[in-house]
Amino acid sequence: MVKVASTFGRSGTHDFVLLRASAIVMALYTIFMVSFLVSADTLNYAVWTNLFGHLGMKIFTMLALTSVLIHGWIGIWQVITDYVKNSGLRAFIQFVVSVALIVYWLAGLLVVWPVEGV
Amino acid sequence: MKKLSISVYRYNPDVDNAPYMKDYALEIDEGQDMMVLDLLLKLKEQDPTLAFRRSCREGVCGSDGLNMNGKNGLACITPMSALKGNKVVIRPLPGLPVIRDLIVDMTQFYKQYEKIKPYLINDDKTPPARERLQSPEERAKLDGLYECILCACCSTSCPSFWWNPDKFVGPAGLLHAYRFLIDSRDTATEQRLDELDDAFSVFRCHGIMNCVNVCPKGLNPTKAIGHIKSMLLSRAV
Repeated sequence: MVKVASTFGRSGTHDFVLLRASAIVMALYTIFMVSFLVSADTLNYAVWTNLFGHLGMKIFTMLALTSVLIHGWIGIWQVITDYVKNSGLRAFIQFVVSVALIVYWLAGLLVVWPVEGV
Repeated sequence: MKKLSISVYRYNPDVDNAPYMKDYALEIDEGQDMMVLDLLLKLKEQDPTLAFRRSCREGVCGSDGLNMNGKNGLACITPMSALKGNKVVIRPLPGLPVIRDLIVDMTQFYKQYEKIKPYLINDDKTPPARERLQSPEERAKLDGLYECILCACCSTSCPSFWWNPDKFVGPAGLLHAYRFLIDSRDTATEQRLDELDDAFSVFRCHGIMNCVNVCPKGLNPTKAIGHIKSMLLSRAV
């Protein structure tokens, strides 16, 4: 049994499930956004605010951003544990990427949540 | 007569500062085919300093695992005609430390094999008088698993094993792990799964199937690893 502290899940299985679950959410969000962009007649401020003013869309967006946070955290950890052999550098990269992912999430929350439809 | 051009990885740490590729030329009859091991034996007649492992010369012992024209395999059962390209390039198995020429240090590979406890564990307090019987169906589950000869062709073709040979068990070890997980006579399934349930041992396999591509016995470690992942998942959810 290999013990690791810097990944997201509690075990290998937990990481595996989290990666796939978050991938499903991101795929659904991407499909929804692309379908919306393709099917919308006009794209202006009113259309956007109406879309993101909807509670369901806010939750869906935050769910997608949470998935990006989890998927990115585990994914980058897997990549750097393969390719970055210096543990100090690896910890630094993990720190920077994890902080960036948390910032994305917080920024997303602050931007999306106050939106009200017109 | 046909002239054959062969390039062989050479490194003798007592003499050489760094590894190098040495070119050899060999004349063979037009249309003649031979196993790569036979070729190496001919080269050794030319140059007795060339070192490589071999024993059974029929794909049973797994000693002569090599990288031939970029693909791992057993030299004794790989015909020259199966190699792609005009030139023959022979290197040691990738990812393991080279002891000399084509001989690699397999310690890390065996350590991973040892880790999965490659023996039957049965805590039955009253063992049967003669033997532990299996039904034909239970026995059939071991087919495609027990045939592994531990030649290391699969594990040394796996990038996950190259990057983390100390943490990732590797395809050969995991094939054996599944062989004991699925064995009806083994009672340590839960303990075995506990040992494998970390982010490296099994889950560092991303299913690229290099192992399946090179296995000289035609086995499918990726499938066995998939089964282990399923076992881990089904008890976790």
